[in-house]
Formats: sequence, C-alpha cells, structure tokens
Amino acid sequence: MDWQGQKLAEQLMQILLVAFAVGAFATGYVMGSFQMMMLIYAAGVVLTTVVTVPNWPFFNRHPLNWLDPSEAEKHPKPQVQQQTPSSSKKKSSGKK
Amino acid sequence: MHSFGYRANALLTVAVTILALMCAIASLSDNFNSPTPSAQVQVLNINWFQKHQDGNDEISLTLNISANLQSLFTWNTKQVFVFLAAEYETPMNSLNQVSLWDGIIPAKEHAKFWIHTSNKYRFIDQGSNLRGKDFNLTLHWHVMPKTGKMFADKIVMSGYRLPQDYR
Repeated sequence: MDWQGQKLAEQLMQILLVAFAVGAFATGYVMGSFQMMMLIYAAGVVLTTVVTVPNWPFFNRHPLNWLDPSEAEKHPKPQVQQQTPSSSKKKSSGKK
Repeated sequence: MHSFGYRANALLTVAVTILALMCAIASLSDNFNSPTPSAQVQVLNINWFQKHQDGNDEISLTLNISANLQSLFTWNTKQVFVFLAAEYETPMNSLNQVSLWDGIIPAKEHAKFWIHTSNKYRFIDQGSNLRGKDFNLTLHWHVMPKTGKMFADKIVMSGYRLPQDYR
C-alpha cells in the first residue's frame, strides 16, 4: 500500500465507522430496537473491514518512483563537508 | 496503516471505542423517558394471623396486585424487577420493610398485569407489633437497562390496617 493509499484507508475507515454508528443509532432509536442498532453497526464494521483492511489495488495507484540505480550512481550523495572551527562551534552550541 | 495487522488493529480499536460511545448515548437517552406508572393493591382477605412461640407475629394475606408499568420500558430496557413490600413503623425501628411478593417483567407486553395471590414470602414481624398496625404497601421497581445506569423508584400506597386480634 502506498502513502496516499494509507491515508485513504485511514480516512475511509473513520468515515465509514462513524457513518454506520450514526445510522445504526438513529435507526435503533426510531424503531425502538437495541438489537437492530447492534446488527446494523456489526454489519458496518464487517463492511469497513472488507473495504479497508486488505491491500486492494485502489490503494496502490500512486507508487513511489524510485531513481534507477544507474541513475543514482551518476549523482553521488553529497558528502558532509569538513567545517571551519568557528562555524562548527556556533552550530554545536546552538544545537545543544 | 502500512500493514494488514496495523489496519486490522486500528479498525478494531476505533470500532470498539465508537461502540462504547453508542452505548453511553443509549443509556443517556433513557433520561428523555418520563414514566407514569400506576399500581393498586387490595388486601382481599386475612387468611390467618398468629403469634409464634418465640413471640414473633406472622400474618398471611391474600392480595390483588394490579399495575401498569409499561411506561418504564424504553428501547434500552432489558427487564424490570418489581417487588411489593409492607412498610410500617415500630417503637424500635422507624422503618420496617417486609417483602411480600416479587416478580420479573421481561418485556413491555407483560408490564400491564394483575395478580391474585397470597403473600409469596412470609410476613413476619421480629417482635409482636402487628396487631392493629397501620402499614403501607409499597411497590418498588428496578429498571435494568441493556447498557448503562439502573433506575429504581416506588409507589407508596397507604391506608392499610391489620386486625386487632389473632385468628
């Protein structure tokens, strides 16, 4: 699952659960049936599980495009420069 | 959210939290119900009235109990426990309670009832105070909810008097 897929999964999970909870409570209250509330909410939890827990293809529509290894070698990682004493002193004191 | 286990765990946690919240609100919704129960009890007969060898009075009554407790039931009510108590004052104790009858009402359909019965539990005074005693018959009830807070209340019916003599 890619980054955007993870965000989508979390939001879907929360929205679905809250929506089912509100719907279940309203239905149960109007019908005067506690059991009906529980059944609707249980169905909602099962549906939410099926939608958000498995790694469905629609959670993988934004793959990360890593650089090709040969391309990466042409642009070596910048090395840490040896810093002058004065600037390093300032930085270290500032960080501490 | 990166793995199956993480998503399953997060879903379970959120689902159970919301469930607890729903149950709490369901319990709070009971407060919108303002019940108007009614009850009447008739003492039809004094079956017998005697003094035990140890000095305690015991009496047997035939009662007709009728009540309408349907308004106690809400969507969050599991059952109602109801009992009838004789309440009276003696020189030793300002309040004596003797349970005479009880019952469990499992559903609203059974909450409007009448019953013709002798006292289910023995009406014994610890002492010899029952002759000519004025007493109240009080119908107590406990509303047991499916979730949340239990309610209790009562109806006091006064103006009953026991006979002066053993029989």
